[in-house]
Amino acid sequence: MEHITTPKVENVKLLDRYTNRKAANGTLYLTATHLIYVDASSEVRKETWILHHHIASVEKLPLTTAGCPLLIHCKNFHVAHFVIGQERDCHEVYTSLLKLSQPVKPEELYAFSYNPKMSKDNREIGWKLIDLKVDYQRMGIPNDYWEITDVNKDYEVCNTYPPEIVVPRAANKATVIGSSRFRSRGRIPVLSYLYKENNAAICRCSQPLSGFSARCLEDEQMLQAIREANPGCAFMYVVDTRPKLNAMANRAAGKGYENEDNYDNIRFKFIGIENIHVMRNSLQKLLEVCETKSPSMSDFLTGLENSGWLRHIKAVMDAGVFLAKAVKDENASVLVHCSDGWDRTAQVCSLASLLLDPFYRTFKGFMVLIEKEWIAMGHKFSHRCGHLDGDPKEVSPVFTQFIECVWQLMQQFPCTFEFNERFLLEIHDHVYSCQFGNFLGTCHKEREDLKIFEKTHSLWPFLLQKKQELRNPLYKGFTAYKELQPNTLPFSFQFWCGMYNRFDKGMHPKQCVLDHLLSCMSQKMKLEDNASELENKLPFLDGPLPSEACSLSKVGSAASKTPMLNTPQDYEGEPPPVLTNGISVGNIDVMSDVDQKNKENLCNHQDLHDLNDTNVLDSEAREGEPQCH
Amino acid sequence: MEFAELIKTPRADNAVLHGPRCPAVRGTLCLTGHHLIFSSRRRERGEELWLLHANIDCVEKRFAGSLGTIVIKCKDLRIIQLDIPGMEECLNIASSIEALSTLDSVTLMYPFFYRPMFEVVEDGWRSYLPEQEFELLSSVTDEWRLSCVNKEFSVCPSYPPVVTVPKSIDDEALRKVALFRYGGRFPVLSYYHKKNGMVMMRSSQPLTGTNGRRCKEDEKLINATLRPGKRGYIIDTRSLNVAQQARAKGGGFEQEVYYPQWRRIHKCIERFNILQESLIKLVEACNDQSHNMDRWLSKLEASNWLTHIKEILTAACLAAQCIDREGASVLVHGTEGTDSTLQVTSLAQIILDPRCRTIRGFEALVVREWLQAGHPFQLRCAQSAYSNTKQKWEAPVFLLFLDCVWQILRQFPCSFEFNEQFLIMLFEHAYASQFGTFLGNNENERSKLKLQQKTMSLWSWVNRSEELGKFKNPLFEANSLVIWPSVAPQSLQLWEGVFLRWNRPSKFLDEAQEEMLNIINYNRELQAKVNALRRQLAELETDDRMQENL
Repeated sequence: MEHITTPKVENVKLLDRYTNRKAANGTLYLTATHLIYVDASSEVRKETWILHHHIASVEKLPLTTAGCPLLIHCKNFHVAHFVIGQERDCHEVYTSLLKLSQPVKPEELYAFSYNPKMSKDNREIGWKLIDLKVDYQRMGIPNDYWEITDVNKDYEVCNTYPPEIVVPRAANKATVIGSSRFRSRGRIPVLSYLYKENNAAICRCSQPLSGFSARCLEDEQMLQAIREANPGCAFMYVVDTRPKLNAMANRAAGKGYENEDNYDNIRFKFIGIENIHVMRNSLQKLLEVCETKSPSMSDFLTGLENSGWLRHIKAVMDAGVFLAKAVKDENASVLVHCSDGWDRTAQVCSLASLLLDPFYRTFKGFMVLIEKEWIAMGHKFSHRCGHLDGDPKEVSPVFTQFIECVWQLMQQFPCTFEFNERFLLEIHDHVYSCQFGNFLGTCHKEREDLKIFEKTHSLWPFLLQKKQELRNPLYKGFTAYKELQPNTLPFSFQFWCGMYNRFDKGMHPKQCVLDHLLSCMSQKMKLEDNASELENKLPFLDGPLPSEACSLSKVGSAASKTPMLNTPQDYEGEPPPVLTNGISVGNIDVMSDVDQKNKENLCNHQDLHDLNDTNVLDSEAREGEPQCH
Repeated sequence: MEFAELIKTPRADNAVLHGPRCPAVRGTLCLTGHHLIFSSRRRERGEELWLLHANIDCVEKRFAGSLGTIVIKCKDLRIIQLDIPGMEECLNIASSIEALSTLDSVTLMYPFFYRPMFEVVEDGWRSYLPEQEFELLSSVTDEWRLSCVNKEFSVCPSYPPVVTVPKSIDDEALRKVALFRYGGRFPVLSYYHKKNGMVMMRSSQPLTGTNGRRCKEDEKLINATLRPGKRGYIIDTRSLNVAQQARAKGGGFEQEVYYPQWRRIHKCIERFNILQESLIKLVEACNDQSHNMDRWLSKLEASNWLTHIKEILTAACLAAQCIDREGASVLVHGTEGTDSTLQVTSLAQIILDPRCRTIRGFEALVVREWLQAGHPFQLRCAQSAYSNTKQKWEAPVFLLFLDCVWQILRQFPCSFEFNEQFLIMLFEHAYASQFGTFLGNNENERSKLKLQQKTMSLWSWVNRSEELGKFKNPLFEANSLVIWPSVAPQSLQLWEGVFLRWNRPSKFLDEAQEEMLNIINYNRELQAKVNALRRQLAELETDDRMQENL
């Protein structure tokens, strides 16, 4: 709270980037966790909530006649452009937000203060919802070839791995320890996914410390053990997900990649996925394109191309497809690594699992997948998402890319996922929100040190409570589709407007098929209840039903409609066309958008109507929880 | 002429067909006067390909030893390959296909030979008559009249015999105005906005020339559509520059001095070969599977197809905005008034008028704003993306319109009675069809060809309930709103249903459509069941009560 000098500023304008509509006028509140903007100018009360943790950058732009502009970019791609009347107020909000958005100590993260008023027992049960052991059991592990070992229980083998890891039974402790000394940060080859049908496995690790010529007997034994755990195939793939040049450069630093001559029966392959820095810059360029005001089609497509974003998405997807094909079609096990094995490797392994196993396309399965391949295996969420004030060069949209790959798959296979796009967006939001403990820290050990299991809540039970709105009405069930073979030709990838222009509602379809179908689903339940209730009242009814009754509908049309956001936008374009006579048409304000949906998803949905005092507001904002009804 | 003369080898056994998205099949190839027929031996799967020669855009042949290969590229963008044993047979077949697919006489086209295999319930030729349309109009306003000034097509060869004009303007004035407008296309009513009585008219450019000719009747005609004290907008679909250049060739634009009550806005929509080139480039990009991501995006951008979509939609939205939001009447024209003008007027109606978003309403729109309005279908749709003979009058104007409709449909998925398939079907029939609807370039030509007597109308077929089912959008819920699409680049997409149709499997997308239909139909059935049960219960209760009373 010490950072908040001005908790409330009046007469603040919120500009809309994409329409010529008059700016909203309202009040800005700063609470311990959120920035809240209440629009006083519209008839329907409209609130915009921005979580401090979501703020990626705050900029003070040069003073204009209207006031002092404050531009806020969020990690969930929300961009808010405020204009504050007084320069002094603006400066105070600015300095407060700078501090609030970049906490220094982990204890300052929202998760440690977030209190959804849940019993201790329920909180603990929440953390037990996802149990990775159950997933290994599902794969049939332990079995003759694989075992769960606690060799890392004190983090002696690898401090960024979880205490329990799955390794080949044939690899004894000496092999494991020996191999760990030959792998960057001790990240030895461990099992990621076992394809039960043919015993082919996907394993993951970090790069070997091979330099130009070093070798390690135990590491060679380790790979041999992995290969032999799949007796149906005489070879295994070793996939380095980096571009070859990057991998070669690493040799000079004593790292590098496997020499095919030193390992028996491996097929070594590079898949050129770029590093975190390239990805960060690419996203930056993409966002610049998304933010351009009134771009031409050509500007947009050229910008999209130059950002390289879809090229990178395709590269990740191609790698996932390669893995899945190797496992399924060639019966071959695959060992995957990049440099440290926590970014590209996590993307690729989780994608391959998703392609191979329909379980991971369910709510529960997707949670397991993220817990297993990302959280447990030490994807450095804290650094990659910039949770704390730290090195900006460590920030990179690695997880965002994975989420996008899943979305791209949803576009190609609309009936194969139990959940819908909103589920992905919720998860993406919470990876940055720090509202739940799951994504805090960088690895399991750090989360233990932070006591997140004791002090914070797990995200997953909260998402499951919202299952009704997050599900995919077109899902055809667990058994309808097995492996997916996506098309990875360039035209199969689309720009994800729902993510990168998510808060620019004017760009989205004005009627939502998903909403329509979801309301059909809830209608269906009501109708089924109605029908059975009526049938009970008519015990002797058994003849055929009169069918002409369709027209007598009393319950109303199939779907309750959400109001359509429907106003003309600026069709005059920029700059205004040369008018040989008279004024331009676009100047007339015809906008009357009631965009209630603009509310932040993460925020407390409590009404602010009768809260005049920001202190009250503050405490309320912390306690309220939208997901918990 | 006998088609047999063109068919030297009517049949080839042991040919192999490589179609898009299916494995190669061996079978027999037959050529008839209008069709290329391929039947495989796997009869049980009913694998027979019937391809209209008129659908063939381009034929390529190549040889490897005695095995010849013919690559057939179709106007619906499909590419098929036929391997034919025997060099002579192959050459014969290729040259026959080439000749049969480029017949220059309209009366030799298939629609003149086609006999429907279905019972004609409704004569599509009579489904959308101007008189019926006018009846609808006269129920809401009496300011307009039907004029038969063009009865003999003498005033304007590309207009229908009957047009709607302001009541206060007599036929004599119309004749004068026709002389002042390119091709005689004087301003006529395109759309009447019931909500506020504003109208959209369309015409061709005025023939002002370099010395600024004027025509008082023209001024009077378009002023007659203005309410007292109100202003109107002229949307010129050319850039100011192009419009100015047109003066040198005798054309031009309305000068403010003579049209003080009108504001002119220039919106640049491309025409002719620029559009055809755009289509060719787009299709080439979609068909080349060797692209990496950068090359694909760069080729997509370079095709400019989506730029054209954005331009056309923007102009249409602007016209709609003027009418609905500004309460102003609008006149739309470009040069001839047969291409970009019609794109704008028809799309504006889709935005403004809920009726145009129904199946019948949309058909009426196509008849009114495209066929009767004289869009030269035969010239524009003579060839498609693969043709080597590039003629300057070929242009995918109608396809662009359909694409724009698809874009709006995508943004308002519950506001249209028809689905994407309906639009694709219209695209196919505009380029090659067994029906006479899209033959000829205007009503004048159609009446000379006696299409109504000699061919079947597309609407006779489409409007049968058996066919309509395929084209209905299960999500449709009629709304009376004006629908404002977004024209931001992020909101516009490549129309995969047309351009990627043959390049990617659609199984999973089709299943999604099916599933959607299942969900909605199941709910409808449930609803019916609940209603029936309620009624039954109510009846029983009444019975009970009656018994009690007894």
